[in-house]
Formats: sequence, structure tokens, C-alpha cells
Amino acid sequence: MRYLPKSPADREAMLKAIGLGSVDELFAPIPAEYRLSRDLKVPRQMAESEIVDYFRQRSRENGEGYTSFLGAGAYAHYRPVIIDSLISRGEFLTAYTPYQAEISQGTLQSIFEFQTMICELTGMEVANASMYDGSTAAAEAVMMAVRLTGRRSVVVARSLHPEYREVLATYATHQGMPLSVAGFGDDGRLNLKELGKSITLETACVLIQSPNFFGTIEDVAAVAAVAHKHGAMLVVSIAEAVSLGIVEPPREADVIAMEAQSFGVPLGFGGPYCGVIATREKYVRQMPGRLVGQTVDKQGRRGFVLTLATREQHIRREKATSNICTNQALVALMVNIFMTVYGKVGLKELAKQNLAKAAYAATQFAKQGKVLFAGAPRFNEFVVQTSEDPHAINSRLLRHKIVGGLPLNKFYPELGNAALWCCTELTTRNSTDTALRLVADHDGSAPSAKEEAGVEEVAR
Amino acid sequence: MKDRIRKATRHVNQNEGLIFEKSSSGKAAWKLPPLDVPEVDASRLLGSSERKDLGSMPEVSEIEIIRHFTRLSTWNYAIDLGMYPLGSCTMKYNPRVNEAVARVEGIANGHPYQPEKISQGALNILKKLSECLIEITGMDAITMQPAAGAHGEMTGLLMVRAYHQSQGNARKKILIPDSAHGTNPATAAMVNYAVENLKSDARGMVDIGALEAQMSEDVAALMLTNPNTLGVFEQDIHKIADILHAKGGLLYMDGANMNALVGKVRPGDFGVDVMHLNLHKTFSTPHGGGGPGSGPVAIKKILEPFLPTPVVVTKSDGTLGFDYNRPHSVGRVRAFYGNFGMFVRALAYIQANGPDGLRQTTEDAVLNANYIRKGLEGAYDLPYSTATMHEVVFSDKLQAKKGVRTMDIAKRLIDYGFHPYTTAFPLIVPGALMIEPTESESKEEMDLFIDAMKSIAEEVEEDPQTVLDAPHSTRVSRLDETAAARKPVLRWKPPV
Repeated sequence: MRYLPKSPADREAMLKAIGLGSVDELFAPIPAEYRLSRDLKVPRQMAESEIVDYFRQRSRENGEGYTSFLGAGAYAHYRPVIIDSLISRGEFLTAYTPYQAEISQGTLQSIFEFQTMICELTGMEVANASMYDGSTAAAEAVMMAVRLTGRRSVVVARSLHPEYREVLATYATHQGMPLSVAGFGDDGRLNLKELGKSITLETACVLIQSPNFFGTIEDVAAVAAVAHKHGAMLVVSIAEAVSLGIVEPPREADVIAMEAQSFGVPLGFGGPYCGVIATREKYVRQMPGRLVGQTVDKQGRRGFVLTLATREQHIRREKATSNICTNQALVALMVNIFMTVYGKVGLKELAKQNLAKAAYAATQFAKQGKVLFAGAPRFNEFVVQTSEDPHAINSRLLRHKIVGGLPLNKFYPELGNAALWCCTELTTRNSTDTALRLVADHDGSAPSAKEEAGVEEVAR
Repeated sequence: MKDRIRKATRHVNQNEGLIFEKSSSGKAAWKLPPLDVPEVDASRLLGSSERKDLGSMPEVSEIEIIRHFTRLSTWNYAIDLGMYPLGSCTMKYNPRVNEAVARVEGIANGHPYQPEKISQGALNILKKLSECLIEITGMDAITMQPAAGAHGEMTGLLMVRAYHQSQGNARKKILIPDSAHGTNPATAAMVNYAVENLKSDARGMVDIGALEAQMSEDVAALMLTNPNTLGVFEQDIHKIADILHAKGGLLYMDGANMNALVGKVRPGDFGVDVMHLNLHKTFSTPHGGGGPGSGPVAIKKILEPFLPTPVVVTKSDGTLGFDYNRPHSVGRVRAFYGNFGMFVRALAYIQANGPDGLRQTTEDAVLNANYIRKGLEGAYDLPYSTATMHEVVFSDKLQAKKGVRTMDIAKRLIDYGFHPYTTAFPLIVPGALMIEPTESESKEEMDLFIDAMKSIAEEVEEDPQTVLDAPHSTRVSRLDETAAARKPVLRWKPPV
């Protein structure tokens, strides 16, 4: 086995040194009746070339070469080459959590820079080293608000990513945290009247997303005013990090729960991504996850350490702020490098291109069908309502290697034939025009039996 | 003192400030293509939501970024540099083919919502890895959704709770041995179970008498790490399972130490009902300085209705798809399907090993731990003489007489060119030195390690101050953690 650095003679010598006759004696503590006396039924040992072939084959079956208009919490942005060059360095890739600060200063300093940039971009005072992803970060942020307010109920915007809502519901089930949902208005924003009806003096926090699931930018100040008037906290989820280049961050929020995938993390069929929680300094001791702080060594030189560990499970056990241990450090490093590459000016220009591409597409779509929620600003996503079932449209597009917008009937049946389209800086005008032409071409040919089957396949 | 150190020498490494300290207006590392659609007026589109300023975000060039992160990287210790005997964390070699295949276009760029029809590659990987892990653990079904081990624990306990609820009584508490990882009690609390501590006996195993006395119909499950954190296999495992099952409780296994068992014994065969795996431990996915992890949860049939949604199924036409219609599910624990990129790496690892390689890997891991145990016996106190599997726990009892504790020895080990072992855990061993070499170490590297540890033991006798002041060879000396926590500085701020 090519990963094992021992010759048969080494093994013999080691067994002899231990005073054993055979390797089986090492496993004597396992009761004999349970010991496995056969090979595991897993694939036989493969050569590296065979492994590469297997995955290349899977890649060809996985949307290779398709143009996509999908967003909905996972965004296709260009990843600068140096991200992979740098994260592939073994010193980053194959290090553990930086518990031993003297030989982990590389990881620690990079996390400190990450925390700083997340603070700059979100307008918050402190940010942690990462959470699993945006959905679990949102759930953990809500639990943080519950601890901070001593209240238990939560009002959630219906325009929060539906899968984030599902995750929150799972986390909340056994914590005695009643959830209520506030709907959206004609402009796609949180319906403040509904919020007013749902919020009470028992409400720990209001959880919204901005830009929300429809790509609409919420009136965060107005939501914050309602929440704060009732003594509740405002938690804002950000799923499309690139928006922060051109959209004012939710500075009125008390906690921000972010998904930073847009910053240089591959789509990777949904993970690994990079959640982050950012908040005000006064709330830091109720924040979950790891934190890096600056300090000095014995000679007074600047250095960095993991800090405020008394919040964490390995110290506090069942009284910890969360059970989180391993987070997403390497992915946070990708995010860090991405933020460094684009920086103060590039992030703004990048976000502007996203804005322009989506604005162009939405304008063109408005000529064909109805683009919903025109009354409020949006970033790089928009909802298109059509007379035709979007699954049928997508089926037609798929034959041209185009993946259309996400049909919304599963999550928002009230919107009818609607789909969520996304454009980023990678979306060319040509592909938008082609997609639009195919969307419009619903009477191009009568659907055959084969096409009907296709509709079913695309249905999710 | 210097001639004692055989593995490492001092060498120059570069100084490097914070990236913000290199920034100046007008430098850039990016270039966007020309816009092929009309320019937009952001203030007209966004109104008051338009952002004007990005504060102190850096402005630097590409070469500066390359040097910045490359210099930082050289300040890290890593498995690529040498032995990383961090007990319970299982720092084994991370094969590079795993990284290569995770970056193949369709795998790296697949969108989680792309139609199933063009997701068959990813679904095939999900299914194939699931089947391998089910076979390796001897369980009946699995969810790949949890993002890390602790997240898997939560998912597992949610299923335990849902199961008991379906039996009419959710029950009140979880039994947890005093040697357990801190995540176990923290997880039980998140699922609203009370934690009851279970004592270990003189062998370092679950005290069967105590378990019998504490087991009742209020107990939902026992969370057991096996081999436990002393590296000891719970030899009474069948009795443990019987005691739990007799009163309707379930046996949860923390699979953090599954690398001691793969190919030799299957938890499903010895009575485990639910367990999580850490793909970043047993299955070689990289730790990357603290993640990403991946914590699949394997279960017995009785828990299957409660799996998180969605699950991968084979459809009537033979293609693969997701099933969302699972009325008894505990719900979703993460958006999308889990840390898919880690599944790719874990499957590549299993393929590179095959059944024979996986078994040999386990044997070598256990052989290595026992070789170190033999090599250090006498030089360090061994609090439990029970047979060792994949890791061995010593204590600092002998060295403490000279005022040297486990953390001091660990810091001195750095000067010898090694990453420290896990210090002060498990909690049942005062001053623990928890050493896990993994299978990735050659005899030569382990001989160097044994020499280093023995040499430090001698230093403690001859010149304890050298050990107490360690490390001597690092960029920074011991850092003031108390000051860091008392007045936290958690971000850089521009000078005023």
C-alpha cells in the first residue's frame, strides 16, 4: 500500500521490539466473536490513474460544460488561480487546529486577517474564525440571541433561504424555541405589518436575509427599528457575500450570519462552504466558534492565539455556547485570499459587474414575462414569472446545455410559475440572450413524449 | 543540548506583517473583463442601499499576496513536515490524488440545485461512498449531511430522540463516560438531554457495575467512544450493549477512533445503533488548520425513518435522485447535501487502499502506537496498563516532581522538530500525554520521536529550566494567552 511507509522487515522488527509474535496479538482485546475474518466488501485497491479516471468519468456526468443561471445560496464566481496555489501548500493544507500557537502562527495570523476583513465588510466589531456554512451559522446566531435576551421565540422571514429555515427548525425543535414566519410584500421585502403582528415581548430575535432569497435588498433599518422597539435582536443572514461590495451592509443588525462561499469557494455540489458569525463586541462572550486574538510573547513580540476558549465545548462541556469543534479553516483561507486579491476597489467593481449583468437580464426578461418584486432594489438575482411551467422551460434549455433559473413552486407555491434566476460576472450577454430566446420559444415545437419525460426529470 | 536534537535544525524564515500594513492606494491584484452589457448607475438602482466605501480593505499586488501567504505558511508545522502525534485528532497523511480529483471541473463546479439528470456523477459518488461506509461500519444506512463530527453527534442524537418519541417516551438523559470528548456533553445539551457522567473502572473502561446501576428507562442512550480516549478497546462492549438494550436504550458510538477498527471489527456487529465518522480523521481528508470536516452518521434499521432529508435513492428508471418525502425525518441539519468535496476525497482514499490496504492501515496504526508505548515505558508514567490500540496515554507524574508538566514537555518537543501530542486530555488522567502516531509514520520517524521524548525526560532531571522555557527555536516564544483573553484584540484597526 503506497501510503504506508514500512517494509515487512520493519514490521517484524517492531513486533519483536514490542515482544509479540504476530500482528493479530495486537487485536486480542477485541472479543474474538466480533473480529472480522473476511475482506471488507469495498472496491479493490486501485492505481492512481484508475482513481483519476473514475472521477473524470463522474465529472462528465455532472454538468460539465453547462451554462448555469442558478444561484439560490450557491454562486458561481471566478476563483483567482492563486487561491488554489496557496491553499495547496502542505503547511496550510495538512496542519491541525492551531492549538500550539508557537508553530501555528501562519494559520493564526491568516484567521486574524480574515476576522478583520469580515468586520470591515459587514460593519460589525467582531467576527469568528468560521462556522460550517450559512445555514448553520444562521441557526447558531439565533441561539446566540436567545441566550443574550433570555427570551425564546423567534420571527423568521419567509424570504430567508428555505433550506436555512429548515435547518433552523431542526435546531430549534428541542430547545423550546417557537418559530413564527413573517411573509413578504409585493416588493419582495419583509412585510412589516406581518412582522408587527408576529413580534411580541417574548421575541428573542427577528431573522431576515439581505439580499434575501429572491435577491431583493431588505430595508434593514426599518426591520431593525421594529425589532429593537420590542427589545428583540435583529439577526441578518447574508448568503451572497459579493453583494457587500456595492450593497450597504446591515449595520443596524445585532448579529450577522454569513455564507462566504461567493468569495473564492468552489460550488462543489453544495460544500464545503464557509459560514461566519459577526456581531458587536459586547456580545462576543456568547458567540459560538473559534476566535483568534492578538497578544505578545515573552519578548514582547506580536503573536496570535486562539482565545476566549471558555465559551467552547472542550472547556465548558455541556455549558458551552455550542458543540462546534472543527470548523471550515481551509475554506476560510480561500475566502481570505479572495478578499485580499479583490480588496477595497476590486470588490466594489466585481459587485458592480454582478449588478449590471443581472439588471440587463432582468430588463430583457421583463420584455418576455413578468419580473416580480420590481418595487425594491435587488442585487444579482431576480424572480421571473411565466405562463409556462418553469420545469418545462428548463427542460428545453437543458438540451442546449443551459441550466435555467431555479423553479420556485416547491418552496413558494403561492408564486405560481416562477423561477429564481441569477447572473454573476461570469454570465455573458450572449448566454443571457440565448436563454431568453429559448424561454420565449414555448411553442417552437409540440412536446413529444420524450420531452414530457424530460420535464419530470428536471422536476426537483 | 543541541546535539540531542537529530530531526530539526534552525533555519531562516521571513518576517511578515499583517496584509493591511502592506496596503496602499492604487495597488491591485485583480482585473475584470470589459463589461458586455450596459453600465448601470448603482445609486439609481440601489438608492440608499448603495455602499460607498469598503473601509480598510487592503490594496495589494499579486506577488505581495503570494509572498504574504507563503511566508505565513512557513510558520506552521504540518503533517507534510513530520510526525504530528496529536492523540484523538488522527493526523495522518493526506494523499494528493484526493486533492486532484476534487478539482476536476464537473466535481468542483457542480451546482447543488442543478437538475438530477445532470448530477448523476455527484449522486454516484454519494451513493458509492455511502455503501463503503455502511460496509466498513457494519451498519444499515447513513446520512452524509453533517458538516463535522460534532454536527454528526447532534444529528445522531436527534435521531435517537425521534426514535424514542416514536416509542412514546423521548426519555431524559444521555450517559457519557468521564473520558469522553467535550463535544459529547455539549451535543447532548443542544438536543435538550441531561448529561449523566459515567465512571471508568481501574482498567480505564466503562465500569459495568456503575452502568447497570445508572441505566434506567430515563436513559436515551450511552455515548461511547470505542476505542476510548485512552486508546483502550471496551472489552465488555457486548455487555454494555445488552445492558442498554434491555432497558430500551440505544448505544451511540463516537467514531473519532474508528481508524483503530477499520477492516478488523465492525461497530454494527458489536451492538452499536448509531455512530458518526470523521472523514477528516479515519478517511484522510485534510484538516486544513481546523476544517473542513465531515461527520456522516451511520445507523441501524430502526433509526432509518428519522434520517435527515434528503436521502439518495435509485429511481424506477435506474437513475439516482434525492428523496425529500420523508415524513418522520428529523429534518435538515445543513443546507444542500453536506461537505461533498470531502466525500470525493474519502472515496478516493478508500479506492487507493482497497480492503487489504484499509486493514493494513489499521494494523500499522495500532503497531505504531504500541511501538511508542514500549519505547517510552519507564521514561514516562503509564497510568493504565490495559492493552493499547491506536493511541497511548502517559502522564507527567514522574516529571511533575521536578515541576515540569505535560504542556512544558509538549513545548520542548517542538524544539526537537515534532508537533506536540495532545495535552491534558482525557480528563481522567491528570497531566495526560496522549500520543497517536497513526499509520503514516515510518520506523525511523518513530525512533526519532522516542529518542526525543527520552531526551526530554533526561533534561527534566538534569536541567528542568530548559524544558520550562521551551520552545527555544520558534519564531515566537510562549504567548501570553491570559492577556489575550482579558483584553481581547480580535481584529486589526488602522492607526489613528
